[in-house]
Amino acid sequence: MDLDDLIEIGEQEILSRKAYRFRVCAAAGCLSAGGADVRRAIEEAVKASGRAGEVEVSSVGCLRACGEGPLVQIDPSGDLYERVTAAQAPSLVGAIDGRPCEARVGDPSRPFFSRQQSIVLENCGLVEPERIESAIAAGAYQSLFKCLHELTPARVVDEVVASGLRGRGGAGYPTGVKWGMVAKMPKAPKYVVCNADEGDPGAFMDRSVLESDPHRVLEGMAIAGYAVGAQQGYIFVRGEYPLAIRRLDVGIRQAKRLGLLGSQIFESSFDFKIDIRIGAGAFVCGEETALIRSIEGRRGVPRTRPPYPAEMGLWDQPTLINNVETFANVPAILREGADWFAAIGTEHSKGTKVFALAGNVRNTGLVEVPMGTPLREIVETIGGGAPDGRRIKAVQTGGPSGGCIPASLLDTPVDYESLVRLGSIMGSGGMIVMDETTDMVNVAKFFMGFCMDESCGKCVPCRAGTVQLHRLLERINARQADAADLSKLEELCEMVKHASLCGLGQSAPNPVLSTLRYFRQEYEARLEGTTPPGEPTGLDEAAQEATV
Amino acid sequence: MPEPAVKTRSADAPHPSGDDRFKLIDATMRRHRHQPDSLIEVLHTAQDVFGSLSPDLLHYIAHGLKLPTSRVYGVATFYHFFTFEPKGDHSCVVCLGTACYVKGGEAIREAVDKFVKGETRCGRVSVETARCIGACGLAPVALVDGQVRGNLTTEIVVDLLKAWVPDGP
Repeated sequence: MDLDDLIEIGEQEILSRKAYRFRVCAAAGCLSAGGADVRRAIEEAVKASGRAGEVEVSSVGCLRACGEGPLVQIDPSGDLYERVTAAQAPSLVGAIDGRPCEARVGDPSRPFFSRQQSIVLENCGLVEPERIESAIAAGAYQSLFKCLHELTPARVVDEVVASGLRGRGGAGYPTGVKWGMVAKMPKAPKYVVCNADEGDPGAFMDRSVLESDPHRVLEGMAIAGYAVGAQQGYIFVRGEYPLAIRRLDVGIRQAKRLGLLGSQIFESSFDFKIDIRIGAGAFVCGEETALIRSIEGRRGVPRTRPPYPAEMGLWDQPTLINNVETFANVPAILREGADWFAAIGTEHSKGTKVFALAGNVRNTGLVEVPMGTPLREIVETIGGGAPDGRRIKAVQTGGPSGGCIPASLLDTPVDYESLVRLGSIMGSGGMIVMDETTDMVNVAKFFMGFCMDESCGKCVPCRAGTVQLHRLLERINARQADAADLSKLEELCEMVKHASLCGLGQSAPNPVLSTLRYFRQEYEARLEGTTPPGEPTGLDEAAQEATV
Repeated sequence: MPEPAVKTRSADAPHPSGDDRFKLIDATMRRHRHQPDSLIEVLHTAQDVFGSLSPDLLHYIAHGLKLPTSRVYGVATFYHFFTFEPKGDHSCVVCLGTACYVKGGEAIREAVDKFVKGETRCGRVSVETARCIGACGLAPVALVDGQVRGNLTTEIVVDLLKAWVPDGP
């Protein structure tokens, strides 16, 4: 396999395409709304109309407007249909001749689509995730070829450093710097790990990328392997994402068959193998040291850093860990050049960010915007605001590690630093819109309950602290708390934040602190009619029980 | 990387109980060359074929991977995905992710709980909750016998359950 062979596969694929093409969304959202039946019905309708020679039906990845599924788009016109049912299939086939169609017509030029800018999702919804030929026709693996034959590993690292790409998993560590660190380690073997343990409730970006364009992530990992000198990669995927696991498995097998993964890739001396590891439902495994333990077949318990995984990771060897979206950015950076990427976004946050927009918002789904886009544009222009004429009250980013940003601060641009200043974090990209019917104390309690359940139990501040915070929030919610409890809540938040071992505990108080900061009146309103200060609260005994 | 453990039993020998399902577990262990780091993969397979994990099963896996039983038990109890309770004939997993929570997932859970109260013990319906199944666009959602059902209301979910528990309240 060399570049000519690769290009030929792509050209063959494009030549074999028929005049009209139905692209049926086959990502988890649309499938759960009945997308598989719709696809079957359209295939039958095409056959029944006798036009199988000029019309084809393909299953593609996410078409983004997940709340309006199942979605169908028709090439070459680009017409989009929403909430399609199997019964509407014959009229959809008629629609390619311009006949009126029973299905609801979507508008691909509405702000939800037109305000987005795609890098990570550029082929999402266009390529067929289970056919590598389709991905190759869209340019997959060409960046890998370029790296192997035109660039030295050090040049690849330099390119990623120059692009200004930062980790998309949440913390925003400069990706190129991390690659450089692993590349410099003298120890071998080295490993590349893709963190696809997308545990934040309300986040589904990584799942959509894996389900829609798995080869993009595989290519990014192979480039990383070349750059740092690793020959083995692991993708750690949540067990809750069976479809993503299957598509990755199919993708890896197809890439191996074509010599794009495995030994002597593109007839170079570079070998790279990728294996899938399936998570078993522990949120803490999104933390890199816990994830490493889990890949090793142990309890997913984090350890102190340093040493960082770049130095001592999987089986104590140098290990590069990046998020799905980070790897998915890499092929585009190598193809278009670092300057192109660095021109997008803000001074310190480059490129685009994919968000999963959900909650009380009209248009739910997958959104990719340049860094620095104001939150208001995402939730009001792209998201269409809250439904039923209600007003947006807050936007929650970063899942249980993030915070709630009040509507008054919606003009903040989305980048790593701005969100931290507001007491939230970028996180992996879940964005939940809350309207005026949402009770903020309840939201804080919900997230604290989540962290309490997911605490691995290794360090006391997190294990016992989250339990006590949850109890305090329950008391406040039940109007049994007084002002002293509220200050105790704040004190305890600070303690858990500063004393916990890993990111889970350190960020667990964020939802409470941010709601206290912006919606304190909701907490205070519940302090009325409480027990007078000074009365024993019973919390001390409870604290002892909880820590035993 | 850890050394591969030595196989202790001929791969073709049937399990003494005569239960063919053990062959599937053996196959997974063989595929991973009986390496201890494949423990989680093997537990996944075991739960897939047996529905839940039993102490016997854990002993069997510990033996196959040459690991202390305590380690196997420790891992199996750490991860939420593994269960030691046999499942009911039907399952209803209510999602309590943030999007579902904001859109009333808690009410769905309460309705389901109220409806099937006591049924779990009879082994007919297992009710579970999930921390986000990633179908946030359709919130609130539940996995009803493995099928994602979105845009739920308490009425819809109770109607779904009525099919399983016709004599319910």
